[in-house]
Amino acid sequence: MSSIRIRTKRIDGKLQIRTLISHPMEHGRNIDKSTNQPIPAHFIQELTVKHNGKTIANCATGGGVSKDPYFAFMLKGGEPGDKITISWVDNLGQQDSEEHIIK
Amino acid sequence: MSVNRREFLKKSVSFSAYAIALACGLLKPDRAGAEWIAEQFAPHKLEETLKTLFKDARITESDQIDIQIPQIAENGAVVPITVSSRLDGTESISILVEKNPVPLAARFDLSPELEPFVSARLKMAETSDVIVIVQAGEKLYSARETVKVTIGGCGG
Repeated sequence: MSSIRIRTKRIDGKLQIRTLISHPMEHGRNIDKSTNQPIPAHFIQELTVKHNGKTIANCATGGGVSKDPYFAFMLKGGEPGDKITISWVDNLGQQDSEEHIIK
Repeated sequence: MSVNRREFLKKSVSFSAYAIALACGLLKPDRAGAEWIAEQFAPHKLEETLKTLFKDARITESDQIDIQIPQIAENGAVVPITVSSRLDGTESISILVEKNPVPLAARFDLSPELEPFVSARLKMAETSDVIVIVQAGEKLYSARETVKVTIGGCGG
């Protein structure tokens, strides 16, 4: 199952794009209380949003973004059947991508 | 033998073509703008982070940037923020938390197809100002909002 969930909703002729990603977003300064060892940094660094294959948002994120990050954007227009693609890459090189068709 | 030699030559030719394409940047991954730059996300004081982000460019305070964020956050691990800008030609929105060890939380480069709007959730280590910097045209604008944090978000 993808780590990315995408929802779109039309508000006043604009399209709200909301995404929820499951990711630990560890910034590397937390201590694991059971072992007293620092928890290694593991966070999303780049997030890309595409509309029909064209990049509309490029985001650089750090450990200052909450665990299981949520983002929302507002697209001007956007027709039913259009494709929204969201992908991320984290500091360990892991990545994921998900597609969503506008209803 | 001769077949092997032919195969070998074929492979070496296609490999070098690939290497040349790579070197020329033809196979660069499809992305523009917000590349992740370690220095911007390094633990710094706010002023130094602003310097790495925007050099010495002048940042003007603006009332055309709206920040929706709770004044009091009970849990610093999840502080919802919504930013919208009424500045013409808004290209990028950066969100910084002044007193976090790494002040820069995220930088969003938005194309003109998007409204100058973004929502996210932040971690806040302690009570601090949240600063939003909007790049519109060639200029930089800022707005800030103080958030009182009762439980810090960096202790896990």
